[in-house]
Amino acid sequence: MHKQSIASLAQGLRQGDFSSEELTRHFLDRIHRYNGALNCFITVTEEVALADAREADRRLRAGEAHALTGIPLAHKDIFCTDGVRTSCASRMLDNFIAPYDATVIQSFKAAGAVMLGKANMDEFAMGSSNETSYYGPVGNPWDTARVPGGSSGGSAAAVAARLAPAATGTDTGGSIRQPAALCGLTGLKPTYGRVSRYGMIAFASSLDQGGPLALTAQDAALLMNVMAGFDEKDSTSIDQPVPDYCAALDQPLDGLRIGVPREFFGDGLDAAVGELVQAAIGQYQRMGAAIVEISLPNTRYSAPTYYVVAPAECSSNLSRFDGVRYGYRCEDPVDLMDLYKRSRGEGFGAEVKRRIMIGTYALSAGYYDAYYLKAQKLRQLISDDFKKAFVEVDVIMGPTTPTTAFAAGDKLNDPIQMYLSDIYTIAVNLAGLPAISIPCGFSAGLPVGLQIIGGYFKEAQLLHIAHRYQQETDWHARVPEAFET
Amino acid sequence: MSWETVIGLEIHVQLATKSKIFSAASTAYGAEPNTQACAIDLGMPGVLPVLNGEAVRMAVKFGLAVEARIAPRSVFARKNYFYPDLPKGYQISQYELPIVGLGHLDIHLDDGASRRIGITRAHLEEDAGKSLHEDFHGCSGIDLNRAGTPLLEIVSEPDLRSAREAVAYMKKIHALVRYLEICDGNMQEGSFRCDANVSVRPAGQTALGTRTELKNLNSFRFVERAINLEVERQIDVLEGGGSVVQETRLYDSARDETRSMRSKEEAFDYRYFPDPDLLPVILDEDYIEAVRETLPELPDARRERFMYEYGLSAYEADVLTASREMADYFEAAERASDGETRLTANWVMGDLMGALNKAGLDITESPVSAQMLGGMIRRIGDETISGKIAKQVFAAMWQGEGDADEIIEQKGLKQVTDSGAIEQIIDGILAANPQQLEQYRAGKEKLFGFFVGQVMKATQGKANPAQVNAILKQKLSSS
Amino acid sequence: MVLQRSDVEKIAHLARLAVSEEELAAYASSLSDILKFVERMDSADVSRVAPMAHPLDAVQRLREDAVRESSQREKFQAIAPRVEAGLYLVPKVIE
Repeated sequence: MHKQSIASLAQGLRQGDFSSEELTRHFLDRIHRYNGALNCFITVTEEVALADAREADRRLRAGEAHALTGIPLAHKDIFCTDGVRTSCASRMLDNFIAPYDATVIQSFKAAGAVMLGKANMDEFAMGSSNETSYYGPVGNPWDTARVPGGSSGGSAAAVAARLAPAATGTDTGGSIRQPAALCGLTGLKPTYGRVSRYGMIAFASSLDQGGPLALTAQDAALLMNVMAGFDEKDSTSIDQPVPDYCAALDQPLDGLRIGVPREFFGDGLDAAVGELVQAAIGQYQRMGAAIVEISLPNTRYSAPTYYVVAPAECSSNLSRFDGVRYGYRCEDPVDLMDLYKRSRGEGFGAEVKRRIMIGTYALSAGYYDAYYLKAQKLRQLISDDFKKAFVEVDVIMGPTTPTTAFAAGDKLNDPIQMYLSDIYTIAVNLAGLPAISIPCGFSAGLPVGLQIIGGYFKEAQLLHIAHRYQQETDWHARVPEAFET
Repeated sequence: MSWETVIGLEIHVQLATKSKIFSAASTAYGAEPNTQACAIDLGMPGVLPVLNGEAVRMAVKFGLAVEARIAPRSVFARKNYFYPDLPKGYQISQYELPIVGLGHLDIHLDDGASRRIGITRAHLEEDAGKSLHEDFHGCSGIDLNRAGTPLLEIVSEPDLRSAREAVAYMKKIHALVRYLEICDGNMQEGSFRCDANVSVRPAGQTALGTRTELKNLNSFRFVERAINLEVERQIDVLEGGGSVVQETRLYDSARDETRSMRSKEEAFDYRYFPDPDLLPVILDEDYIEAVRETLPELPDARRERFMYEYGLSAYEADVLTASREMADYFEAAERASDGETRLTANWVMGDLMGALNKAGLDITESPVSAQMLGGMIRRIGDETISGKIAKQVFAAMWQGEGDADEIIEQKGLKQVTDSGAIEQIIDGILAANPQQLEQYRAGKEKLFGFFVGQVMKATQGKANPAQVNAILKQKLSSS
Repeated sequence: MVLQRSDVEKIAHLARLAVSEEELAAYASSLSDILKFVERMDSADVSRVAPMAHPLDAVQRLREDAVRESSQREKFQAIAPRVEAGLYLVPKVIE
């Protein structure tokens, strides 16, 4: 059962081939078997899962089922889940039982999906390797000595190892697409404002966006049908109709214009990754698309810009963690200042503190214009590059990451090298565009991701283009050997 | 050397919305601690703010009332600092682009002069919670019910030149926000709070002196007292050869002094930046015009109208329009009095306000309603009772004995206007006091009053005084 | 910009983070590296560019003024480090 897509599992449930409870137990068993090796779950919600599954079976029998009713899912531990610990992979929230559900969680509950547990991640989503988690690093199912990517590394590893049929993630600078690429999955970062941020613990509010990690584009579309939509609780949510993301998956690609930015194939790109990505683009050409070379001249500013904007917003967003109303509080504070400084100093890990300090500095008196304001202006330039490109082309293609999964520990002590692993994904967040990463081959046994960037609210088109490729290739169907059975 | 005082006020007005500025929790005052602090007010992880449209409408209403420019685009910003009553570690406020721009307000001083005071800006922000300093085993307790209550911070230009002017301006704003029904004005509950920036400079100097910020000025009296104390202190410092330190000072009403706030001494770096959780507030002309249509008659316009429509003096118009409730009371009483405008003004400003002050009551709490007072005045006007009897009727109404007509009826206070009856009584009195009659006729005209008194005594004050005078005069001279 | 230990101390204080003596030096060096990295922005000409705060050119929605929350104090305070009589307790706040 664990090798099937959600689309086929849903059919099995409907036909009575198996019950949701059986399906759920199957995945829980796999989690018990393999989580020790991968560490992709922080919390396994076995009781919740079985209760969800029984309720789903009732709905299935009563004929009240939604496409996802009875399908087990893993949720990144950044989404608040009522009554269940929501840690954000931080010591700060190790004891935090969320008192409410995120809108995304509510939507999945309403659809009858089953929650298997809360997936590991980089602490407060700050990282690209899942090594900053308070709960320890996550292994890449293709090679457990390598990182799964981050920050949604636990979600990606869980799906790649078939411990969950699909998972939710969040993407601030590449946190869905980069782990999807490094683990051989389909991961979609929707347009900013498409998926509600309510109940998703904020890292950088103007960049964060939730989305699905799945085996196929079709599965990602099924999840998007539940996740996407206007939410009156989120002021930045956009009130626009949500299409059926599954409706147009099979249409032909004739007339599609694909832009290939030369800046995405320069220094720093691993040669083998580059070749596989070019080969995938060639495949699209054979499928009827036209290839246009384009330029996104401000790409080189995207990482520096991002590493001002994101830390600035995070420094403010994380001020609420002060040891007063919830979360970690230091022992025996001598005074208020001590309470603040030690609770935060002990509750946050090194990378989180680093970013808080960078952000604090970038916003402080005398430096605001040089850093934050300048970054906001560059953000405009980066965004304008895309606007110009989308006049000429429908989508933009390139690599998701410069290399395949790197070895654990490789970049942990070199923040700049770590930051550069998001070099192709970051600009998309700065512009607020949707983008998808799909598997397009293997280099030395490790998956390589193709990134497809679309115009605002063109998620359906991205899923369609990805789906067509997956009809012609089987990279997405490969299972890491150690987790076959 | 003579010194000039320069004052600017920052007034925090709690807007009278039902729910908070960014959450759907209640703003009602006085609930059990933390029962009105929802997940958003508590700054729970993952929550997001959504702006209350009514708070925006109220801010615009204020802006229009002070003839300010309403920003077509305003932006919320985060003011970052750590304090236990500030749950998110930042306050959502407006910084570079406030909703209300430059405006002004005219204040009227006791000497009849009026001055125009500039209003720099007014911006929307969220209130903080409260730290309770009663001792919880050496700890403070935090109540976040107030956190997220909408505030309009109204910042004046440094145009005020004395504590009296500052109070006059503050009172004017206080009356205005109540006229506009955007604030209940309750200072005890903290709905209307004021900080003052105070400096002094040698008369004639244009550059401003170093200012201090006075906090905790939660009554008109405290504002005046604290500013005067601070001005004296600054002058003492300067005349002693010292210099004023820019700092925040707290007014301690118990000790009647201002003192430096140690904990706030640390230089703040608020790291303002646009709140990424909120989008720009865009207001078009149609919106602004629709709000303008809802504006009531404003205090200054009403004051003017009271002067020309009712023939009141500037002073009387000031007093009677000091609050919307007072003005409404006067107008309702005047209507019920059937055109006895002058009498109504006198009664409201005299006996009624005297009684209210004595009882420590607000006009809205008056046991004598405008209808009742006006009804009584009508009876003075149609000569059913005399002005003197009216005092008796008023006292009875105050005690809750009914309306004027009931009291007049019950107590038999109706004025005697039957001239035959009055004549008869006068005849009796003249007959009973031959000695005084003789003296009067001999030229001791002061005795006229004696006869009037006797008549009033005999009629228990109910005889129509004008008739008594006329008939008596006639009788005394004729025979 | 190269940060000194004293700069890091100041920033850490502003951000209310306890940082040990040993950590100070390490942060001074890694934060300086990051600042150097982000200062690559300096070569861009942004003199005629308006700052962008949001990806989408959207406008703030206004909520209806209605009370829709009721007290959940018990639930919220069950996860609080220290409460008494319905209040969150913190070391004495000095005014």
